[in-house]
Amino acid sequence: MVSGKRIYSDFKVFSRGYLRNKFGLFFGLVFPVILILIFGAIFAGGSTGKVNVYAQNQDTGPFATPQMDIASNFLSALNASSTITVITVDTSENFSQYLADHSSSDGIVIPSDFSANYLASHRVNVTVYGNPTSSTSGIVAGTVGGYANYFNLQRFNGTSVIGLTSATVNTQQTKYIDFLIPGLIGFSILTSPMFSLVNISSEYKKSKLFKQLSLTPLTKMEWLVSKMIWYIVLTIAGFLLMVGVGIFAFGAHVAITPWLIPFLVLGPMLFAALGMLVGTVTKNPETAGVIGNIVTFPMMFLAGTFFPISSMPQYLQTFAHVLPLFYVTEGLNNAMVYGNVNGTIIDIAVLGIITLVIFVLAVKLFKWRED
Amino acid sequence: MSSIEVSSLKKYYGDLKAVDGISFKVNQGEVFGLLGPNGAGKTTTIEIMEGLRERDGGDVKVLGFDPWKNGYALHKKIGVIPQEFTFFEKTTPREAIIYYADLFNVKVNPDEILKEVLLSESAKVNFDSLSGGQKQKTGLALSLVNSPELLFLDEPTTGLDPNARRAIWEVIRGLKAKGKTIILTTHYLDEAQQLADRVAIMDHGHIVAMGTTEEIIQQHGSGERLEIHGSEKLANYIRSNTDLQVGYDKAKGEVTIPLKKKIDALAALAAAEQSGLEWGDIQTRQDSLDDVFVKLVNEPVGEQGEAASEVKTGKKRRR
Repeated sequence: MVSGKRIYSDFKVFSRGYLRNKFGLFFGLVFPVILILIFGAIFAGGSTGKVNVYAQNQDTGPFATPQMDIASNFLSALNASSTITVITVDTSENFSQYLADHSSSDGIVIPSDFSANYLASHRVNVTVYGNPTSSTSGIVAGTVGGYANYFNLQRFNGTSVIGLTSATVNTQQTKYIDFLIPGLIGFSILTSPMFSLVNISSEYKKSKLFKQLSLTPLTKMEWLVSKMIWYIVLTIAGFLLMVGVGIFAFGAHVAITPWLIPFLVLGPMLFAALGMLVGTVTKNPETAGVIGNIVTFPMMFLAGTFFPISSMPQYLQTFAHVLPLFYVTEGLNNAMVYGNVNGTIIDIAVLGIITLVIFVLAVKLFKWRED
Repeated sequence: MSSIEVSSLKKYYGDLKAVDGISFKVNQGEVFGLLGPNGAGKTTTIEIMEGLRERDGGDVKVLGFDPWKNGYALHKKIGVIPQEFTFFEKTTPREAIIYYADLFNVKVNPDEILKEVLLSESAKVNFDSLSGGQKQKTGLALSLVNSPELLFLDEPTTGLDPNARRAIWEVIRGLKAKGKTIILTTHYLDEAQQLADRVAIMDHGHIVAMGTTEEIIQQHGSGERLEIHGSEKLANYIRSNTDLQVGYDKAKGEVTIPLKKKIDALAALAAAEQSGLEWGDIQTRQDSLDDVFVKLVNEPVGEQGEAASEVKTGKKRRR
């Protein structure tokens, strides 16, 4: 028989121990906030999205009027775009060497007779430097190409027919931090209970604390449930802190809905049970830590925590669907960012089933006596 | 009435016969000591009785229960201190007692238990800041929470300083006075002599001797003997001039004469005096429990040197 009294008393002892251990508390609460602050600071700054591009203007004129300095006008137009910032490089520099010295692959070179050729309607090429593996190179090439077309049209007094208006998935302006918050919440739902349970399961096994507990009426299931409750409490506290910091420090726009509750409850339950399951494999805490990392790290990076899985190759996207954390991150995104209730419900259902299976396995396979 | 009945108990770890067919009974209210060097099978035996390990053969009944099959029911009636007792680091002894009381669903006065195990002063110190002796006392306190009729103490004083050991002994004597049945494993012979009503000496998975310490000494010891410090020549002189059995210990430079009657000592001394040879200290002595222990427990030299030296630390000679 499961006893609420025993779960409660074990919960009391465990949570008190946790709160008295400053290191644990740091990882449980302070670390997620630090993560939000770091990532928020990286991506929420004013210069979001603008790529720095080095440009060398070799055009020599002659320019009778400033209007005839087409090269400078072209660079100013690029600089005024929403995607790139032009940094001028002196003509005395060897341009490719300069790029290498500044660890940059993005550059533009305007040839010497640029304005003269333009005004004479002779073909002239702007050279765009780029690195095919870098995501910024595409932005630079696209922007330069766009403005080249615009200047071409102007030369022949043409008008553009198709225009462009920016829009994002939400009614409000969505920033990277908005996508980041669900990911980082998923991250802390994974790491805190998982690492902790892997560690204490193997540690208690080694120090024979489990043996001792097996001599009391406390059952393995009650022990695990009390840990789950504690990590649910910790997760909700962490969630409030992270969302609070996101909103107040970075002006994030995320929806706080009751649909989040299942994730904040099932998530810690799942990863606490998974941690206990990993802890059953060995009673050497060091080995357990390694196995824990093997299970945790792929999930951390492949389940859409720091970047959306749609940016990954197809086979990795397929793989992501077997990672339990994927359903937490996807569900949180559906609930907080996209407002996709149907998607959220599916994620909750899948998560519920995985949690149940892992919970039963953990309780069945974990032995605290020896044969 | 027996609290524990063990017959032909076997436990193998691969080729190692940790426990190889041992049998014994422990009576209600008795303190029963399991003695033996490290690796003798004491802890395996005690853990099987506690229901922490499954046996490979034989029969075990503890308070009428099969400890492996009915462990959950048995655990409510027994108290246990495992070897090298540990607890949650950031929990105080007082909190630990309340925790156990909740788990066992019993009402206890934590301060009373703390007083019983002489731990009142450290009631509010986190476990990881307690001394070795205080940690063991915490273990004792927890084993008492469910008012067990039977207690298992697995090496309760190993690694403690002499004062801490004596304090634990005091607590155990108090429990004995209350009529609790206690199973105690130790490799300190003086501990067994001080506390146990009966002891079983284990070696390589077998019980090599069992009974009260007096009985064991009588059965396996050499009886009373006279020891005279002197030369081998003296030994030869006494041998040829009396009808006594005379031995000589070259290493100690001692003539040893088993005494069947007390009067034999006088004959031996008279012969020594007649010999005109030099002789020094004389003493009569009997084998102590550790003499018997060393005789019974055949330890290959080097392999279990640690056990042998630990036995010596608990030495108590009767002279």
